[in-house]
Amino acid sequence: MAEKKRDKEKTYRLHLMVCAGTGCVSNHSFEVKAVLEKEIKKHGLENEVLVVTTGCNGFCERGPLLVVQPGNIFYQQLSVKDISYLVEEHLLKGRPVQKFMYVPPEEKTPIPVLNEIPFFNKQVLIALRNRGLIDPEKIEESIARNGYKAMARALTEMIPEKIIMDITLSGLRGRGGAGFPTGLKWNLVRQSESSNGGGKYIICNGDEGDPGAFMDRSILEADPHSVIEGMVIGAKAIGATEGFIYVRNEYPLAIKRVNIALEQAREYGLLGRDILGTGFDFDIKVHRGAGAFVCGEETALIASIEGKLGEPRPRPPYPAQSGLWGKPTCINNVETWANVPIIIERGSKWYAGIGTETSKGTKVFSLVGKINNTGLVEVPMGITLREIIYDIGGGIPGGKEFKAVQTGGPSGGCIPKEKIDLPIDYESLTQAGSMMGSGGMVIMDEDTCMVDVARYFLSFTQDESCGKCTPCREGTKAMLNILTRITEGKGTKEDLAFLEDIALSVKDTSLCGLGKTAPNPVLTTLRYFRNEYEAHINQKKCPAHVCRQLNVYTINPEICLNVGRGCDLCRRNCASDAIQGEKNTSHSIEQSKCIKCGACLDVCNFGAVKVE
Amino acid sequence: MPKLTLEDLEKLREKAKKATSLRERGEYRAKINVHMGTCGIAAGARTIMNALIKEIEEREVHDVLLTNSGCAGLCSHEPMVTVELRDQAPVKYIDLNEKKVKEIFEKHVLGGTIVKEFALGIGSEKTDY
Repeated sequence: MAEKKRDKEKTYRLHLMVCAGTGCVSNHSFEVKAVLEKEIKKHGLENEVLVVTTGCNGFCERGPLLVVQPGNIFYQQLSVKDISYLVEEHLLKGRPVQKFMYVPPEEKTPIPVLNEIPFFNKQVLIALRNRGLIDPEKIEESIARNGYKAMARALTEMIPEKIIMDITLSGLRGRGGAGFPTGLKWNLVRQSESSNGGGKYIICNGDEGDPGAFMDRSILEADPHSVIEGMVIGAKAIGATEGFIYVRNEYPLAIKRVNIALEQAREYGLLGRDILGTGFDFDIKVHRGAGAFVCGEETALIASIEGKLGEPRPRPPYPAQSGLWGKPTCINNVETWANVPIIIERGSKWYAGIGTETSKGTKVFSLVGKINNTGLVEVPMGITLREIIYDIGGGIPGGKEFKAVQTGGPSGGCIPKEKIDLPIDYESLTQAGSMMGSGGMVIMDEDTCMVDVARYFLSFTQDESCGKCTPCREGTKAMLNILTRITEGKGTKEDLAFLEDIALSVKDTSLCGLGKTAPNPVLTTLRYFRNEYEAHINQKKCPAHVCRQLNVYTINPEICLNVGRGCDLCRRNCASDAIQGEKNTSHSIEQSKCIKCGACLDVCNFGAVKVE
Repeated sequence: MPKLTLEDLEKLREKAKKATSLRERGEYRAKINVHMGTCGIAAGARTIMNALIKEIEEREVHDVLLTNSGCAGLCSHEPMVTVELRDQAPVKYIDLNEKKVKEIFEKHVLGGTIVKEFALGIGSEKTDY
């Protein structure tokens, strides 16, 4: 039957691309799709309009999303009840519906066409080249977008050395964080002889654990074939016959789509024995991780696949020499693999033409935090933070001021607003005390307390530290204790020097990347926001009023009585009976009873409650 | 399912490309706009639309955009279509039926020659996609 269907592809007048990335799915995009199909059928349009589910479109803030092709008409924030009107107007009468289109913040006119929306038009899609254009569960759609073309070339026309040469010349560097040159790594694995005989392994690292990061998940969900194809090319280059995709179990949709993709690729002879009749054998298994952050570290990940405790081990030997089951192993991140096919297809020169001197190509970032356009963006290396935050990200909500951006996940650093024109590449981020990491970008506004931010990230890394080496196990705990003390107003003058001292020791002496980078949030906030630490310690004040233990709430009696007429709302909402007064009289807070919950501030309609 | 060879893969790619080519924002030969306001639908625009879809499907043409739009303001001359070849002024055709629209597809859309006897005029408002 599949044969028959392939012979006669049906023609549709319109293709409706419904986003089914995790973000849109949790905003009910599947329900929207079901109603869409029902309405289409009701109007007898099912033979001229095709509904396609795609992977993540990127503009997650505005989901559920629908793009109508041809025409690239972009609809956003759709709900089930909008669909009947949309189908009638756009599909039946050909009138695109303005009220479901995107209106930029502080503007009135909607932008109908996707590529004219600022969020999209500054992006350069390489790793995400198929996003929104294909159904990830149909291999034909990937093939239509030149899927497996580069692999076919690599298997038939290229010797391994040539593949490695192309990847080396492209300047591609590992997208998982450390930025190791991919071609160099491949060459090391190719030249490694397995000490105990036998094969070599390919691993795709999809253990994405950074809070607020979802690049790998989106690629696996939206375009799993690009990753599979990249891995086959890598296998040919290094001489591997078996590969693993390591995905965390918290990504059910990604796991489902990867498994469907693997099955389809095998069925078509694009994976498994004798790929495309070329005599080359390579197959891939999915390994589901249990969600330990440390398993993103390559030696811990390998231990986890081997069925051992997910703990790192000292390097050397590097996985390139002795990896999975002691065999030479090439381990790259999801995004790195997704870049491989297009480099082989379009050439290293083309790829090396994008980006900066030392960092080539593009990078996918997930924009989260205090930003208008939360979502997934792919931008050329060398773009400035300002362009990402203001042009693509649409700036800070509520007209607040930008304060800092945390790049590189929980163990990245915080870059202050003074450095907003910093061009982004591996080196510039490291110089600023942060790192590329896997591409998480947490935006913070003026209401963020940087000491609290450092404490939050430390609590994450401390919790995720596997405990194998002392500096990381004890050091993160000690740092967290000091930071917690400071946020509670119990910090002393000696704390800062001590904190810095521990941070540097942990950075220098930890076994793996987790400990080596965990102090970054502490070190960068100490470097750029020292005054905030000092305010917490010396004045016992939190300038952003985030650390509630340091806040003092008071009621202005004049405003309370004359404007609010002693409305009594605060007293009724106070959980600790700390507020005195009754209706029509002015109120006051008894500080000894106040538990600093801030409820009075939240409920006062007259601005009588003040926090200092 | 037999395993693909290199040749099969390329054949499959060509077929799959045709099925998805509408999604690419690339080159297209022509745009046909069927006017489907209430007046158009009542006068039989649906038949015109179906006839065009059939033409496109049977002739395996994949670079023609078929869209619809609302009333063009000439309700008494519905069904109407506007044909816009790439980089040329749009042409409005009026009082159509299935036979006429097939002829327009063959001669104008594919052949590039305007079918004068069904045409209302050349050069109306241009659309932007």
